[in-house]
Order: sequence, then structure tokens, then C-alpha cells
Amino acid sequence: MTLKADLVIIGGGPAGMAAAVSAYDAGIRDIIILERDKSLGGILRQCIHNGFGLHRFKEELTGPEYAYRYEMLVRERNIPFKLNTMVLDITPDKVVTAMNGEDGLFNIEAKAIILAMGCRERSKGALNIAGYRPSGIFTAGTAQKFVNIDGYMPGNEIVILGSGDIGLIMARRMTLEGAKVKAVCELMPYSGGLARNIEQCLNDFDIPLYLSHTVVEIHGKERLTGVTIAKVDEKRKPIPETKQYIECDTLLLSVGLLPENELTKSAGIALDRITGGAVVDQDRQTEIEGVYACGNVLHVHDLVDYACEEAETAGKAAADYILGKKKNELSIRLVTDGRIRYTVPQKITSAEDVTVYFRVADVYRDIFVVVRDGDKVLLSKKKEKAAPGEMEAVKLKADILKGLDGKTLSFSIEPLSENR
Amino acid sequence: MFDITVIGAGVVGGLIAEALAKYDKKICILEKAHDVAMGATRANSAIVHAGFDAKEGSLKAKMNVRGSELMEGVCRRLGVKFINNEALVVGFENERAEVEALYERGLRNGVRGLSVIERDEMLTIEPNLNPKLSCALLAKTSAIICPYELCLAAVGNAMDNGVVLTLDYEVTSIEKKGEKYVIRSADGRETETRYIINSAGLFSDEIAKMTGDGDFKVNPRRGEYMVLDKECGNFTKRTIFHTPTKMGKGILVSPTVDGNLLVGPTSVDIEDKSDNSTTAEGFAQLFSGAADNVSNIPFNKVITSFCGLRATGNTGDFIIKERDGVITLGGIESPGLTSSPAIAEYIEKMLSDMGALGEKKEGFISERKPAHYFRELSMEEKNEIIKKDPAYGRIVCRCESITEGEIVEALTVNPPARDVDGVKRRTRSGMGRCQGGFCSPTVIALIAREHDIPFESVTKFGKGSVINYRRTKGDE
Repeated sequence: MTLKADLVIIGGGPAGMAAAVSAYDAGIRDIIILERDKSLGGILRQCIHNGFGLHRFKEELTGPEYAYRYEMLVRERNIPFKLNTMVLDITPDKVVTAMNGEDGLFNIEAKAIILAMGCRERSKGALNIAGYRPSGIFTAGTAQKFVNIDGYMPGNEIVILGSGDIGLIMARRMTLEGAKVKAVCELMPYSGGLARNIEQCLNDFDIPLYLSHTVVEIHGKERLTGVTIAKVDEKRKPIPETKQYIECDTLLLSVGLLPENELTKSAGIALDRITGGAVVDQDRQTEIEGVYACGNVLHVHDLVDYACEEAETAGKAAADYILGKKKNELSIRLVTDGRIRYTVPQKITSAEDVTVYFRVADVYRDIFVVVRDGDKVLLSKKKEKAAPGEMEAVKLKADILKGLDGKTLSFSIEPLSENR
Repeated sequence: MFDITVIGAGVVGGLIAEALAKYDKKICILEKAHDVAMGATRANSAIVHAGFDAKEGSLKAKMNVRGSELMEGVCRRLGVKFINNEALVVGFENERAEVEALYERGLRNGVRGLSVIERDEMLTIEPNLNPKLSCALLAKTSAIICPYELCLAAVGNAMDNGVVLTLDYEVTSIEKKGEKYVIRSADGRETETRYIINSAGLFSDEIAKMTGDGDFKVNPRRGEYMVLDKECGNFTKRTIFHTPTKMGKGILVSPTVDGNLLVGPTSVDIEDKSDNSTTAEGFAQLFSGAADNVSNIPFNKVITSFCGLRATGNTGDFIIKERDGVITLGGIESPGLTSSPAIAEYIEKMLSDMGALGEKKEGFISERKPAHYFRELSMEEKNEIIKKDPAYGRIVCRCESITEGEIVEALTVNPPARDVDGVKRRTRSGMGRCQGGFCSPTVIALIAREHDIPFESVTKFGKGSVINYRRTKGDE
């Protein structure tokens, strides 16, 4: 079976839905959203805590409520979607192969594709922690699914490795369900999570956060019986004298999110080494014309509001592409200095106002964010603090960009005292 | 009362039971773990060795060379993937004599397809080799398989032909009563049998003591491995060994039949037969040891690590002996996997010579449908199956594209999976880059449904390996 569609959206999470709504509102009707789970909403469905939607809806929503709002926007427009449908392959000429129980394996020839597959959690295997392989080691998101969706408790006494947002949220969630969270260990000297989550999920519950600490050994042959943690030096190597044993039956891992780009790779699209997502322009168009990426599959966002905002950009741009409106007129490359780890977009192809998002590599105080064309400073923005856990943004004006065709813009962080 | 009881459901015990299932005899397999293939079979290098390592004239050498000849046919018959990827045993200039000695020994052992090649040719066929290496033994007959896939297929086919598999049966005593033996388990069960085959791997010396034949010892030797993402599966095409030492064949780098890259093992003698923990020192050794042979291995793509225990005997050779109706297999370490079909053939002959087997029965099923048949089908063939059963259209494990239909098969086809790791070994669900993060809740729900047990009773690998303790509060 081979179908045709103007726009295929891969993933029915917040980004996929926001992209669909935006493309619809820009005039596209022949859209299909392909979602692997049994309902729309993506990972928001298991995020039953509140705090979503402050920017977008000006109120505090839970994850499922937020997802529901977007689902209603999709349903009001009668945008078609297929659930329980897994996309298996994308070709460079935009043929999408997918499968589900009702239609079997099928192909869709698309005029445009929006990639919105989200991200996955880094697993234990990637960490090379020594010891046994007992039951009781879960990624924070898997534990979240057990507790919030399935209704089961995967642990009683808990240590959490990594202070990413899901780990922090799960520290509170497990505590509320009657478990004892004994420690959160963070390899870095700062947390990768949002400041508000440190306050509301750890400090409010007296859960200790051990910065510059990691888990060095796993104990227990059948179920986890404990972990050995240790302080790490500035090279992140464990210091043997600081080893301490913590009795626990559960280790939750919140050690990073990885954009899930296997399909992107199958289409032959180049990925950014740092973000793990596609290299895109201001429209979130990848290097294949008519293929866009948005949300956590492109780079990991702090807030779902930002992921949706990005998805709207991609949805609108895909619509313009399908309607034949879009033409690229510029070629500007964005590069970073290392203190800034990456930017999204990585290139600019149109003279319009562009917001460039970026993440920093370390915690910096009293700095300038500087954008240069060669030696010429185009923009300099003072900041009191920047941290890896919080995404930053600068706005480039259309009139600045106009004269920069063929140029490379460098993004850097410089101390206030440094001579500029 | 059984005619023959096999103790230990590893790849050796499984293939023996499968070979004996051709005869009109009552046969059972007793296994102490919650599933088959839980000892050395689960965690080894997965190589079908050509046969140049073992000392000429030894039982190891004979079984290795014969096993290597038989393996492809056994795999074809049982539907197990076999890839003849060849091997290189590499050496630096000062190790040339050892490479040549291996070549000579291989010839004396009767191994075909051996040659010694030089650096230029090595780097042409394997560009990622360490360029400082100078020569290598090329073994054309070396191959890779999945050891637990072979064991599952062997035990499964034995069961389809009437063999009884009893799990969670830890043998604690064996008593001779007249013509028969009574085998008792830790939880008080009894099994009566005429003949016993002790293929208990690491624990074969302890079983041998129970049958009054404990004149040898099996010591655990730790071997740690790392598995890299499938995007590294082509890093080498061949299995790359270094010239061996007395502790084994050193740290190899090899693709796996599933397309991952495997690096390992370490080799450390330990005391505790249940200590399959990995160590930080071991990981460090893997990094440096592998780098001697292959340059720039992308270790940032490691998706998991594991440790296997080799059943190292104290005689230096395989032990296969019979006394009073008990056949004891001891010290079946590497190349035990390669040798397993040859050992099964050898045991079948021994029992036949003892008059224990009688006539072959009618209707023996010798061909088995491959466990992974579904994923090899064309789009049209898959759609035919999905039309009949939509579960084959529902992906559960997204990293490995495993469907609900395939998982249900793993839970129902012999030997049925009973825990999450069992599903993983049968289907690869949870074996990909996310390591089960997304699919394990669904897999648990399917196990609970198919075996009609509560969600929270589903374990990772039996016994105390609970996953969920109870329902969340407020749901009594």
C-alpha cells in the first residue's frame, strides 16, 4: 500500500501536534500525524506534575492537561493521525515506511516531512558502572511510567544518579508515593536541571544533592542491595578515599537525554555532533529540502512551551514550502567558541528576524554573549548568569542579517572584564 | 521415571538433549535457573573457533575441529543465524613465531582454510587494525553465532520432540537406588532416572561429587565484555584476536550476528561461582587491550557491558567420562560453544554403545522455524501475517523493531520465556540502544497477560529479581 500526503509528521507529542496545527493554519489540509503510542501526547502523558504551559497558556497545567489542549487543537481541525503506528524508515526522497496492526506495513510519499520523534534517556549501559546487573536499575522516565501510567512502585529506598529534570521530578514523585530517596548524585559541580526543580523537588523534601559525585559500583545479584558512591576530582575521576556505601533497592538514572534520530540518519541527514539532532536553518529545515525537525528530536528543550514554539516555526515553514512560497536567499553559518556548546539554528538562509537558541558548557557569571562577523561585533548582550541547564537565546534582526550572505557568525561568551 | 536426565540447560546440555530426542526414550532436562542458557552460554565471545588453539591430540582439539565442521549444519537445521565472518589472529613483529606456531598447530589439528598474511594485506581487508601489527593468521572457517539463540533452539526442538524441561530445579543430592538414580532439588522435588548426563558447566564438579565422581575441579574465570551500538557493527568484518597467552585468547574485537560490535573478554580467575560482576579494572583492560589490535574503537558508543564466567577445569582439557550410568562433562570452557555439536554427537555415540538408546523413534522433527523469521520477511509476507494477527503490526521495542506478535511467540514457543530477560534473549526486545527503557513496561504487561500472573510478579530473571513491589498507594 502506498499513500500520498502533503505533510507527514512523525511523532504525535507536543512538538508534532504543534507543528500540525501550525501547518494547518498556514493552509495545508493533507496532513497525517504518525504516532507510535496508543494516544497523542508523547511523554507528557506520564508527566502528571504541574508547571507546564506558563508561557503558552498563561496557567499552570499538568503534562496530560497540556497534551489534551493540543490534542483538542488537532481534533478541532480534523487533522488525521494514526496511533500505534511506528515509522521504520524515511528515504531521502521523502518516502515514509510505517507499520501498525490495522494497515500493516505501508509507504507514504510525502511532499514535506516534519521530524518530531522526541528523545530517549541515556541508559546504564552507556555509563560503564562496575558491578552486578541486578533488577532495580531504571531510567527515571521508565520509573515514571511504572508509577504514573501503570500504577506500580518499582522501589522503596532510592538513589538517583544525575540531576536532570526527570530525575528531580522523580525524587519528589517517589517520595510522595512513600519511598525514601536517600541521595541524588550529580557528576558535575552543578545540576543539569532547572533551578525551580532543585527547590521544589529536593530542598522542599530534604533530599540531599551530592554535587561532583557519581556511582562507582552496583551491589546485589538479584535485586539491587546498594550502591557505592564517590566524590570525583576536577577531571571527573572518582576519588577512592571518598567512597561510601548507600543501602538501597533502586537506582534511578537521569543522566541525559538523547535526541532519537535513527530515522533522520536513515534519510541520510547530517547530525550536529553536539546536539545529536539535525543541522537546521531558522525554519528548522534540515539539509534535505522539505524535511524539517523540531522539539526534542532536534535538541533537548527545558520547557515544552519552547519545543512547541519551535514546532510552530517548522510547521509554518513546511506549509510555505508545500505551497511553493519559500525561497532561500542567504547562506550564513553560525559557529560557537566552546563556552557556548551549540546553537540552533546552525545556519540562516533568510533575511528575517531570527532567534538563536544556545546552551553554555559551564556555569558562567557576569558575562557578555557576543555575536561577531569576523572582528566586527554585531551584538553584545550582558548576562548575570548562564548555566548548562537553562537554554539561552539572542535575537538577530533582519536588517543585520541582510548584509551577511556567505559569512560565518561566531557566538562566544566573554567575561565583563575581558577587553572587547 | 525418566530414561535419561540431563543436568544443566546450557548449550551443551541443550544440544545433547536434542540429539537424544531422536530416540524412543523418556528424557528430561533439569536446570537450576529460571530459564535456559543462564550460565556460560549466556555470556561468552559467541565465536565458532576454527580449531588452531587447542593442543594437538587433546579432546579439546578433536571436539573443536569436529564442532566447527558440524556447526553450520546444526544452525541451518535449528534455524539459528550463522555467519562465516572469518578470523584474524594478529601479532606484532616479535610475536611472528607464535603466529606461525598457531598456523602449524592448526594444520596438525586438521583445520582447513588457514594462511599467514602480512601487514599490507591485513590492512586492506581490515582497515581499522592497529597499523603497528605485522602479521596475522587468517582463519577462513571461523564464524559467529548467538550462543543463547542456539541453546534456545536446541532445547526448544528437544521439547517439541517430547523432552521435558524442568526449571528452578537446583540439584542438591543424587542417590543411587538399585538400577535408578533419585535426583533431589533444593525445594524438595524428586526426579528418578536411569542415566544421568552431568552438563552443569561451572557446577559440574559439584554434581560429580554427588555421583561419587568428584576427582576434578571447575574454577570460575571472569570474562568482561562491552557491546557497542549497531552503528559500529562494521568496524571490523572479521573476529580479531591477539596471539594467545595461557589465560586464553586475549581480548577480541568482533561483530556479532545481530550487527553490534563486541569487545572482550578479560580473564581473571576468581573464587565465587556466582560473582558475575564487572569491574572498573576490567573496563580499563578492555580499552587498552582492544587498542593493541584495533585502532580508534568508538567506546563512546558502548550500550552495555556484561560478565561471563568460564568453566575452567583443572586438567587443561575437556573431561568427558562415564561411570555407572552417569556421564560427566567437566571443564567445558572455550571452545565449548564451538564443540557443543561435537560433544552432543560424542555423547550420543557413548550412550548408544552402552545400549542406552535403542531404536530411533518415528516422526522426529529435525527442522525448526528460525526464531527471528518474521524480521526477515518481505513487506508483502509481513502484511499477510499482520492481516491475520494485528499484534505483528504493533511495535513494542522501537530500537530493534520487535512486534507484540514476536514477543507473544517468545512467551509461547518452547522453551517459553518467563521473565523480562528471557523475552530479551529470545526477541532482542530491550537489547538496543535504549536498553529497555521504553519497552520494558509493555513487555512486563505482555508476560503478565500471557502467563496470567499479576504485573508485579513479573521478574527480570526469576528468583529475587523483582521489578515492581506493589501497586501505588491508594489502589488496594
